[in-house]
Amino acid sequence: MAMILSVVTQGGQMLLVLLLAPLLTGFVRKMKARLQRRQGASVLQPYRDLRRLLGKDVVLADNASWLFRVLPYLMFAVTWVAAALVPTFATGLLFSWSGDLIVITALLGTARFLQAIAAMDVGTGFGGIGASREVMFASLAEPAMIMTVFAVALVAGSTQLSTVADYMMSGQVGLRVSLALALVAFVIVAIAENARIPVDNPATHLELTMVHEAMVLEYSGRHLAMIELAASLKLLLYISLIACIFVPFGMTAGHDGLFAYLLGVAAYLAKLAVAAVMLAIFETSIAKMRVFRVPGFIGVALMLSLLATLLRFVSGNL
Amino acid sequence: MVLLVLLCAAWLLALAFGSVPVARREGASSVVYGASLAACVVALLAGLLADGESVLVLPLGIPWLGAHFRLDALSRFFLVIVDLGGAAASLYAIGYGRHEHEPQRVLPFFPAFLAGMNLVVVADDPYTFLFAWELMSLASWALVMSHHREPGNARAGFVYLLMATFGSLALLLAFGLLAGTDGGYAFSAMRLGASNSRRAVLVLVLAMLGAGSKAGLAPLHVWLPLAHPAAPSHVSALMSGVMTKVAIYAFIRIVFDLLGPPDWWWAVPILALGALSAVLGVLHALMERDLKRLLAYSTIENVGIVFLGLGLALAFRANAMPEAAALAMTAALFHAFNHMLFKSLLFFGAGNVLVATGERNIERLGGLIHRMPISAGAFLIGCMAISALPPLNGFASEWLTFQTILVSPQLPQWTLRLLVPTVGALLALAAALAAACFVRAFGIAFLGRPRSAEAAACVEADRFSLAAMGGLAGLCLLAGVFPGVVIDAVAPVTKLLLHGRLAAQTAQPWLSVVPIASRNSSYNGLMILLFASASAMVAAAAVHRLAARGVRRAVLWDCGFPGLGPRTQYSGASFSQPIRRVFGPLAFRSSETVEMPAPGDMRPARIRKHRHDLVWEAIYLPLAQAVAGIAERLNALQFLTIRRYLGFVFAALVVLLMAVAAWQ
Repeated sequence: MAMILSVVTQGGQMLLVLLLAPLLTGFVRKMKARLQRRQGASVLQPYRDLRRLLGKDVVLADNASWLFRVLPYLMFAVTWVAAALVPTFATGLLFSWSGDLIVITALLGTARFLQAIAAMDVGTGFGGIGASREVMFASLAEPAMIMTVFAVALVAGSTQLSTVADYMMSGQVGLRVSLALALVAFVIVAIAENARIPVDNPATHLELTMVHEAMVLEYSGRHLAMIELAASLKLLLYISLIACIFVPFGMTAGHDGLFAYLLGVAAYLAKLAVAAVMLAIFETSIAKMRVFRVPGFIGVALMLSLLATLLRFVSGNL
Repeated sequence: MVLLVLLCAAWLLALAFGSVPVARREGASSVVYGASLAACVVALLAGLLADGESVLVLPLGIPWLGAHFRLDALSRFFLVIVDLGGAAASLYAIGYGRHEHEPQRVLPFFPAFLAGMNLVVVADDPYTFLFAWELMSLASWALVMSHHREPGNARAGFVYLLMATFGSLALLLAFGLLAGTDGGYAFSAMRLGASNSRRAVLVLVLAMLGAGSKAGLAPLHVWLPLAHPAAPSHVSALMSGVMTKVAIYAFIRIVFDLLGPPDWWWAVPILALGALSAVLGVLHALMERDLKRLLAYSTIENVGIVFLGLGLALAFRANAMPEAAALAMTAALFHAFNHMLFKSLLFFGAGNVLVATGERNIERLGGLIHRMPISAGAFLIGCMAISALPPLNGFASEWLTFQTILVSPQLPQWTLRLLVPTVGALLALAAALAAACFVRAFGIAFLGRPRSAEAAACVEADRFSLAAMGGLAGLCLLAGVFPGVVIDAVAPVTKLLLHGRLAAQTAQPWLSVVPIASRNSSYNGLMILLFASASAMVAAAAVHRLAARGVRRAVLWDCGFPGLGPRTQYSGASFSQPIRRVFGPLAFRSSETVEMPAPGDMRPARIRKHRHDLVWEAIYLPLAQAVAGIAERLNALQFLTIRRYLGFVFAALVVLLMAVAAWQ
């Protein structure tokens, strides 16, 4: 029985993130539109976009290799696996022991590696510029993420996400300087990794400033659908990660009956909505940076997370 | 078992001498490489199957003392690294060696090089060790010089010879200090000898100079990116993948085995230099346009990561934390093993590119994936492994290193507590930069459109080369998916050196890796692989069932500007420009100057990049100038009268006697 329940929880959570991801993207867009006093498209627009893309033929460049066609699926799969490892409404997931926070970071790194490779396959200037800038951002964002993970892991005594969430819920934590620094660093990393303003503009096309969109310019049809879905999943994953580590309240540990599950799902949805609104407000109130200002921005995250880890190394109470 | 290894080494040496007269004959290279392959496989099996210790004393070398050989857990582990790498390189060379223009310059030295490396890891006294070490150095030097007429290779050989001599001298002195004044000669006598702390520090410094220079630890690395790429590609693979590991073996043997109990602060220079090597190596690799030099610089990075692990192991050992020390040592040795696998694989790929196009410059490559699909696939696996991406092996060892850093707050010393997180951040930075570096290497060389006629006309490599690459790529995947097997294989080493070991990993449920306890951290590469492939298949199947299936081929879109030539693609230099701009001013004092002619002026605009190798300019150039200056001054001494010379001899004698009297 317990086994069946954990399989259902794991499967349910994988389906949930997959179904919710486009909705979250649509919700953020709607919020931004409202903040700019526009009507905006429906929150369901990303689903319609996906259906439209899936219905179209793929237009491949003459010199696209086999990698170009395989990578969208791999990218999507790797992101989905990473998302499946993050507890959303219940901790103690069935497969959570197969990867910890460092593994999740590295899986996202794999997805980024594959995307950068895919961008360079056809050999266009835009693909190259996107890949080159993406790896430059990542070269700072990834260490920042790892150092944040270190700070969190040293507080909770574990890199295992379920254990971290249980510890954070237990109330032994209290207010800690290192966690506050880690949170700020984590948010900056999440903004950078999801190609949001001020690092990149998800709404732009055909501009020399774009990064993520430049990498996927040559993609079309079902391949583009997979990439868009993976991007939505990634945004959901980062929000879930922040929620799971810093505000794990409402999650069920998995043995409190059906009501606890419903409560967990409701709390999770509420957290997503709050995060989406905050992201929309942040994006609306700030301008996009020049590309070479971004390393400074992500560098702040690296320094803060390093400081948080150092504090943990220096004292057990900070 | 040690006898078997010695027989293999003797067989390789006989092969070296035997191949001299026949080297230029048709088919000689296949025979020599085939025979080397056989010897390596036998020695590999000896390393895999042996257990316990076996000792052998042969009446060779210094009269009355003999040559001591011993195969213990540490030797066995490195014997496997040496002979697995050697077997792969021999197999690769059966195909690759056919393209060699002057086989007589390569064939005799290749087996001798292998024999030298095999002998180093089984040697059990300083004389045998240094003899084998020099055999290894000189054979590899001869291989570096095999294409001595190509520009730059003679200089590479000269710098390598200088550094190798310097390293051997440092090791000689280290062994001399270890042996002490009462002549304890074999390694077994050195282990027993109580070493005072001042002497131990000297030995540590000398071991870092001697073994570190061979391994490519910054700032002793300068010869490595010159010499490794100059050799034929299968030898480059051996030098980068295997010889650096032999140097790491020497360091572990001296510092962890022969030298007495460590002080905690010994870890500080090792950690600092390891982190410096990791970051500096990968930054140089990112700027490099020569594919083989890029790989050589990346070797420096990986050696840095291994030394990081070793430094942590030393710190834990000094604080009597055997489990944590075992974890650190396991991470270091696992990474050394992994690096042998993927660096050999990548050098083989570079060799295939070199044969197919005659180019090492990635700016003149591109689009190779279409005509060399198997090489490209294997090279991609190597790139992903070295970038520490799950579920491949590079990630497994890096994950273990991160876990080691997470247990270090238990260290009592403040210096270490402040140093270790910084080192951890640098390690994470190096890992992220390595991913950038290999996106660039693969993306520019294998993807995109051909940038030269040679790249457009290349053909796939031969079966032997591809078999060697395929085998190594498979091992990269296996070691990443079943890391527990390798971790358990390291356990006897940590037990021998540190009296601690990790829990048996192959006994864990579902083949997870659980270094400390399952509540702290666990990783299951197999599960991640299965999970990811299942998800990818489900997604692909669902999409192909539900979505439109049509595929149209068209001219590339490029934002509505098709028809631009391949020169408009991103090049290697433009790819790394953002990173050069962010890290370059600090790491290379790099700068760019733009000459923009005035409107109406017909001159072309020019952009110039300036980059400095700070280590070379800050340490080696002044050193070389000082040596040259002193030599110039001392020139006068060569034109004196005999009376003056006798006076000098007498003065030297008096000074030395006074020194001895003061020492006593």
